[in-house]
Amino acid sequence: MPDAPGLELIRAELNDAHPDAITGSYYEHGQACLVCDPAQIREVLAWLRDTPGQEYTFLASVHGVDYLPAEPRFGVHYELLNMARVERVRVRAALADPGPDALPELPTVSDEWPTADHQEREVYDFFGIVFTGHPDLRRILMPEDYVGWPQRRDFPIGGEPVIFTNTERDVPGWYA
Amino acid sequence: MAPWCSRLEIKREKIRANLPLDEPDPNKELYVRQVRARDLLRGDIEGLDLEKVVEEAVLTTRLDKVLNWGRANAIFPATFGLACCAIEMMSVVSPRYDIARFGAEAMRASPRQADMLILSGRVSIKMAPVVRRLYDQMLEPKWVVSMGACSSSGGMFSNYAVVQGADKFLPVDIHVPGCPPRPEALLYGFNKLQQMIMGSPELGWRTRYSAHGTEEWARDLGNVTDEARDAYAAARDIAQSAGPPLVSGSPGSTVDVPGPPQERTEVPSKPDRDSGRFI
Repeated sequence: MPDAPGLELIRAELNDAHPDAITGSYYEHGQACLVCDPAQIREVLAWLRDTPGQEYTFLASVHGVDYLPAEPRFGVHYELLNMARVERVRVRAALADPGPDALPELPTVSDEWPTADHQEREVYDFFGIVFTGHPDLRRILMPEDYVGWPQRRDFPIGGEPVIFTNTERDVPGWYA
Repeated sequence: MAPWCSRLEIKREKIRANLPLDEPDPNKELYVRQVRARDLLRGDIEGLDLEKVVEEAVLTTRLDKVLNWGRANAIFPATFGLACCAIEMMSVVSPRYDIARFGAEAMRASPRQADMLILSGRVSIKMAPVVRRLYDQMLEPKWVVSMGACSSSGGMFSNYAVVQGADKFLPVDIHVPGCPPRPEALLYGFNKLQQMIMGSPELGWRTRYSAHGTEEWARDLGNVTDEARDAYAAARDIAQSAGPPLVSGSPGSTVDVPGPPQERTEVPSKPDRDSGRFI
């Protein structure tokens, strides 16, 4: 795990290689994170993997986050691991919400890291984030005919309200 | 002896000398059968021996009673574990609880050979069609025991992924409460099912709710998606609890009865913003 100064060094080197790609960085709970422009996520991940001295060759996880009141709303997190030094760095692609009629998009990395194939499908399944260029982007855990993106924060929790005698006035119409 | 007891009741009564066929008697049929049996045996044995054989050795009962007795005491459960309740279901077969006492120890690995399905755990909406298909593949007569809170009502999983009660898609005969139910509770529910099989030959839930004909092959598969969309819309109305009340009426009204799917007359409206975005 690079410490906070090490993270800033990585950010500075990345700024030299890809200007405007990194929009922020923070070090929290002992974990280093780079905030990245989603359009350049492939270049950033490739730089972290291929640059001598970095060599974060293993993509440990891809997952989505919905930070609903915050902007930009969505985040796709790529957890990179250097297996020789056992150092991890997280790259977060910050995606704005394109509105109710469109889905946020960012390029896939599944051709570079085959492990991202299923994990990007999972992110698509739960958050509705489209990975352009993905060879087989369809739902992986929910049924194929499911409508909606159930892990988004504005998705209703679902289920059925449990009717007790003290709550029946809160749920009108269930009995008549 | 209770009428549902697992031992078969054998009536041994003295043969009536003359049959009072004109007066109402609950044992009239028995006397008639005894006399018939005596007439059949006459010639092989005679006299007091014949009377003794008819009274002690000839078993007279009703065929459907024997049939239900046999069904209730030779149930083959399907080997079908859904979640953590399946651990309790497995221990029911163990010698400590021993469902073999009630004749249901032969767990069959094929739905074609099973006649009881124990829903042991939460049913996710992705698993529900599979469970329904397994149920449809079982041969009649068949029974379903919903084990635990999750398969009975959704339990603690009040979310987007779990069916809120398995009787939304299956006719459930017995609900066993608990989280998970102890093996004794499952055995008690199983005994209740035996009572039901022996006591009432009609199929209970399925008759009351007219659940026949809802099998998968009987459905028009093209309409399932529309139905699912309607169900999702109804669930969303409840969840947001601000929309219009449900169309279905009070419990027991005909609107609530799940029957074969109706032909859709109107074209479903284009999904609005909410249905596209939320559900």
